[in-house]
Amino acid sequence: MSKAKEDSILSVTDLSICFKTRNGLTKAVKSVDFEIARGETLAIVGESGSGKSVTCYSLLGLIPQPPGVIESGTAQFTTEEDKRDLLSSDKATLRSLLGDKIAVIFQDPMTCLNPYLTVGEQLIEPLCQHKNQSRSQARERAIELLEEVGIKDAETRFGSYPHEFSGGMRQRVMIAMALITEPELLIADEPTTALDVTIQAQILELLDRLKKQRNIALIFISHDLSVVASIAERVAVMRAGEIVESGDTQQIFQQPQHPYTQQLLASVPSGPKPRQSFQPGPADQPLLRVEHLKTVFQGSSAGLFAPRPPATIAVDDVSFELRHREVLGLVGESGSGKSTLGRSVIQLIKPTAGSVSLDGQELTQLRPKQLKPLRQRMQMIFQDPYASLNPRMTVFDTLAEPLLYHRIAKRKNISAQVLALMDDVGLAHADIRKYPHEFSGGQRQRIAIGRAIATKPELIIADEPVSALDVTIQAQILDLILALVERHNLSMLFISHDLSVVRSIADRVLVMHHGKLVESGATEALWAAPSAAYTRSLLAAVPHL
Amino acid sequence: MENSPLLEAALPAEKGSSLWRDAWHRLQKNKMALLGLGVMVTMCIAALLTPWITVYGYEEQNLLLGASPPSAEHWLGTDTLGRDLLTRILYGSRISLAVGFIATAVALLIGVIYGTVAGYMGGRVDAAMMRLVDILYALPFMIFIILLMVIFGRNILLLFLAIGAVEWLTMARIVRGQVQSLRQQEFVEAAVSIGLGPWAIIRRHLIPNTLGPVIVYTTLTIPNVMLLESFLSFLGLGIQPPQSSWGLLISYGVETMEEYPWLLIFPGLALSITLFALNFLGDGLRDALDPRAAKD
Repeated sequence: MSKAKEDSILSVTDLSICFKTRNGLTKAVKSVDFEIARGETLAIVGESGSGKSVTCYSLLGLIPQPPGVIESGTAQFTTEEDKRDLLSSDKATLRSLLGDKIAVIFQDPMTCLNPYLTVGEQLIEPLCQHKNQSRSQARERAIELLEEVGIKDAETRFGSYPHEFSGGMRQRVMIAMALITEPELLIADEPTTALDVTIQAQILELLDRLKKQRNIALIFISHDLSVVASIAERVAVMRAGEIVESGDTQQIFQQPQHPYTQQLLASVPSGPKPRQSFQPGPADQPLLRVEHLKTVFQGSSAGLFAPRPPATIAVDDVSFELRHREVLGLVGESGSGKSTLGRSVIQLIKPTAGSVSLDGQELTQLRPKQLKPLRQRMQMIFQDPYASLNPRMTVFDTLAEPLLYHRIAKRKNISAQVLALMDDVGLAHADIRKYPHEFSGGQRQRIAIGRAIATKPELIIADEPVSALDVTIQAQILDLILALVERHNLSMLFISHDLSVVRSIADRVLVMHHGKLVESGATEALWAAPSAAYTRSLLAAVPHL
Repeated sequence: MENSPLLEAALPAEKGSSLWRDAWHRLQKNKMALLGLGVMVTMCIAALLTPWITVYGYEEQNLLLGASPPSAEHWLGTDTLGRDLLTRILYGSRISLAVGFIATAVALLIGVIYGTVAGYMGGRVDAAMMRLVDILYALPFMIFIILLMVIFGRNILLLFLAIGAVEWLTMARIVRGQVQSLRQQEFVEAAVSIGLGPWAIIRRHLIPNTLGPVIVYTTLTIPNVMLLESFLSFLGLGIQPPQSSWGLLISYGVETMEEYPWLLIFPGLALSITLFALNFLGDGLRDALDPRAAKD
């Protein structure tokens, strides 16, 4: 705090915000104080709904009022020229500050860029708006900046459209756009959450470098503690609208005082899988054997007579085995084909070539009717618990469906079976008549897991089952999955982009890159000595606490 | 397993899907929707019982009386031929409601099934099915109906079918668009991985999720169809005088609007009330069938 006092750029005191909802007032932010100095990075961490984004957006006049109401607080913003309270400023003043002295980087670079304008066009807009520069001056400046954020061949890329950039490049463009007016305060709202781990490392490095070079104050909003640890000097931990603890990053991470901070830190997956009382089955009789699997997407033609676009090879000649009672991790970055591989194994997508056999029975040649009894033995858990449950089916209907369809239960005693299933995944009996929207993300994922284990399958394909969840919930769901694996003798293919998560749950790991398997091996051995160059770069990019 | 009595009460009955039962409970809390439902039920009962509750016959003329304004004998007045307007509106409701409901039901049935199948199959099947819809769209409606009438003769049942066969096109498009986006959702994939066949997926997972827009469009189609019938009847293709329908009564009312305004006002009122009732009922149904809609 001492450094902040001297050269404070923004000082927020007693900020309270509430939202008017149908059920009365909801307090989103409760009496929050924080301060940030030039050249400093303050991270605001918290789980979804903790009020971390609302806090920052309220300073910029970006929360809709109504329903939002700023109940109290001041936000002293000090620049070289003047000093003003952001919260009592009128809209015109805020607009002139925003994009000039204060800039924001949003989470999703795709939705924040206008797809119909070239990147250059969007870059020079704030310059023409705030600095009254001519277009050619602005253009020169924009190209300089694009080079600075690491976009090669900036001259020509200036005229490209957003869709012609990859996710990481787009985030670089967003950063260039935020920096173009030389702001003094930069607010980054989960700037790396949508990015792959190797790209994330690059973007974090870039932000850190730019901040130091330009002496910018950076407010970094994130749910990811490991990311925060690598970039922030100070951390404020938010829960339910309150800052429960704040201080130097070192101090917070080494000696967390507040129980919530301790819980957060304990939830971050780290270290190897806990020892289990049982061993995977013998290697020569695997449950699942995948050989030379290849899945090619024929682009779907736009019309009846339109030519087909070229095919993409999503999974290219992949072979592996999964033993009984084994958790096999499958890691890779987005677009590596790991989800497609999972879906090809479980026959949601018909593979183009190769074979998949479950307990010696070949699956790829079966017709849907012949596959039905086998579907009972293999199930899938999906990433997004908001999309994987039918919004018009209650918990009862969702869980009863597989039981009734496979005639595992009779209509007479279905209720008892559904309740037993709810016990298994830790759902309260009283919730049986509720619909998915009435549950939190973690509880929804419990419902989805319940549906997957309803038919007592042997094989479960889990496609990023914890990626959409907050870190404390993620830890609970991972524990649940491990417990279920043990209790029901499950074998699991666990797909994830998050290497720490995979390490904490998997016995063996497969690494996928561009549709091919680049490496496989026992988890700890692979962590200790990765042999493929790609695996090494992946592991090096993982942020650590 | 031991269950508390409270839990026993919360447990679903062994039959029926929760969605429809819950929807009925929610609908009962919506006053306007219940009012709409009440009005529609009353109208249908009145239409069914018309021959027994009317004093006059629908073709009973009283030329001496001519067009007379509402009075104690003729509550809603009489038309130019001295026929009792209330009687004619009641008899007209039989035709109009029947056309409205049956033709819309035909449109609903064809449209929802066709649209769902097209949206679910996707690819070339979808392209071919939707091109057929485009072709039918392009076909002049009048020619289509006239052809049907010429081939099959004038038949009131044919009228229902003909109108329904035209109205399903828009329904199919709406449903297909909905299903296309639903098909990408993970819960449909989850249903496939459970092992459900295409029909079970369409019935249990896709159609219930398209109900919102379908219900709204249905409530708009019913009055539309009623007016379409009057247009066809006016051309001599629908029902024939002395039979009547609301549409016909309105179009005759328009001709004599200046001298005998009640001949337009009362049939118009009957149609408007139906439209309002249907809209309230439709909105109520849409909200009731969406578990995410506001809970009290």
